[in-house]
Amino acid sequence: MIEVEDLRKEFVVRRGRLRRERHVVHAVDGISFHVDRGELLGYLGPNGAGKSTTIKMLTGILVPTAGRISVAGLEPSRKRIELARRIGAMFGQRIQLWWDLPLRDSFDLLRHIYRIPADRHRVNLARFRDVLELDPFLDTPVRQLSLGQRIRGELTAAMLHSPELLFLDEPTIGLDVVAKQRVRDFLVEINREDGVTVMLTTHDLGDIERLCNRLLVIDHGTLIWDGGIPELKERYGGERTLVIDLEEPAPPLEVEGAVVERVDGPRQWLRFRGSASELTARVARAARLVDLQVAEPDIEEIVRRIYASPEKVSDTNGV
Amino acid sequence: MVDAVLVWRRLVGAQIRSQLQYRLSFALDAFGSFWISFIDFLVVLVIFRNVSRLNAWNVHEVAFLYALSSITFAVTDMLIGQLDQFPQKIRDGNFDILLVRPRGTLFQVIAGDFALRRIARVLQGSIVLAYALSTLTIHWTELRVLVLLVSIPSAVVIFSSIWVVGACVAFWTTDGGEFTNAFTYGGTAMAQYPFDIYATWLRRLLGFVIPLAFVCYFPALYVLGKPDPLGLPRFLEFCSPAVAVASAAVAGLVWRFAVRHYRSAGG
Repeated sequence: MIEVEDLRKEFVVRRGRLRRERHVVHAVDGISFHVDRGELLGYLGPNGAGKSTTIKMLTGILVPTAGRISVAGLEPSRKRIELARRIGAMFGQRIQLWWDLPLRDSFDLLRHIYRIPADRHRVNLARFRDVLELDPFLDTPVRQLSLGQRIRGELTAAMLHSPELLFLDEPTIGLDVVAKQRVRDFLVEINREDGVTVMLTTHDLGDIERLCNRLLVIDHGTLIWDGGIPELKERYGGERTLVIDLEEPAPPLEVEGAVVERVDGPRQWLRFRGSASELTARVARAARLVDLQVAEPDIEEIVRRIYASPEKVSDTNGV
Repeated sequence: MVDAVLVWRRLVGAQIRSQLQYRLSFALDAFGSFWISFIDFLVVLVIFRNVSRLNAWNVHEVAFLYALSSITFAVTDMLIGQLDQFPQKIRDGNFDILLVRPRGTLFQVIAGDFALRRIARVLQGSIVLAYALSTLTIHWTELRVLVLLVSIPSAVVIFSSIWVVGACVAFWTTDGGEFTNAFTYGGTAMAQYPFDIYATWLRRLLGFVIPLAFVCYFPALYVLGKPDPLGLPRFLEFCSPAVAVASAAVAGLVWRFAVRHYRSAGG
């Protein structure tokens, strides 16, 4: 569905006030990956890492400096219009709806812009009205919608023409928990039921954990991870934490194969690798236990570790 | 093509409905632009209180020229006048939205920039034209009527092309609205007066490089049956439609080239 080979994008920036120096910024610096039909792919990276630039090249907004892209078999910057019919795009921070008009009018205008056959438009709209619960505000001008309502409208706008592939740039930014969940449910539904390939950039690791079966991580314009989330946890989250509650406060336990990370009264946190049951047995011999639990590292923690790690994993997973 | 016209009509309809959401603002804008252009014409009358002729042109002939320029500029302004806010679209990256839709970007920009309130100025130009036609004794022939009628859409296309090329500057500068205004608003101000009153270099630059002389001056010479004070070849008086087609082609090419240099905005 998407083929990217050694993709690069450079921007020339001028700095300084009087003597302006030219600087070349490598926003995307040689990335390659491919995405199969039906994948739900997360694209993650710190601010300025090159996420949006990549998405903009994939959608035909920006012309790459070098490298090869094929999306749905088309080269985006040359076949922009043809591609636009087959993909949907939603940029969480841009507004594609008509600001002063009722939401309904935007959907009608898009029907004509995309030349969507009337019956397909009717079926699609009826479905999104139902799934995203648009009816209460369908006749409200877009400028009066809440952010959550507007994002639901934007998602509908991106999906009305039945695209095979949906690009989302920070779709849940600024949404409350309920609205986020609704957007996530919607994405899962169109991915599972309609087989739409979805690629989304996000800062929200909850999005990634709940939605994606594969994750790309970009930093400083290069891919530092391409693979599944379990594999990522294994590599970067190899260490787990055993939280134990003792009968009474004690000094940090000295147990083989574990390091006490934190002590809070009778509760201690032990970082360890390997088997939790062996460690538990050792701990039980060393102290009187009341309760215990094993904490998996969350993806947030893992990503923090990746960004911080000096040795990037650019040689793994075929990157 | 038919489809494009239909979509254009829908998009313009959406613009008009949007603008009518703010009725008071609309009314004030329309009223203001009517008076500004009216005062603009008073300047012409003031000049002719002091001089009886501008070179070979009397007040009625200049009024005719003024009206022609004013109407065609106002129509252009109504159709695509919001193009002067185009640099903003480039700066905030909202041009992205147009690029992910299956339509030409220039088409979408033009269809999204209709400003109904500028109709007030079309009205003002029409009043001046009616005044000029009632005071002039024109020897009407079929060809003269034709030249007059064709000159209006031709001029609109020439003005529009200048606006589009000007807007393209924003792809590089991400600003530069004032630079563009010098040629658009500045251009119309020049086209309101006969070209033979300007210095030669200015005449060459604004008359032919930026083909403003074909907006009103040449068609007006023919309609009024005046000999060209500059003694230029007479066939130029019929060239406005051809110049319009050429300008539109140049503008289209410049636009295509410029879009490939679009850099979007962060985020």
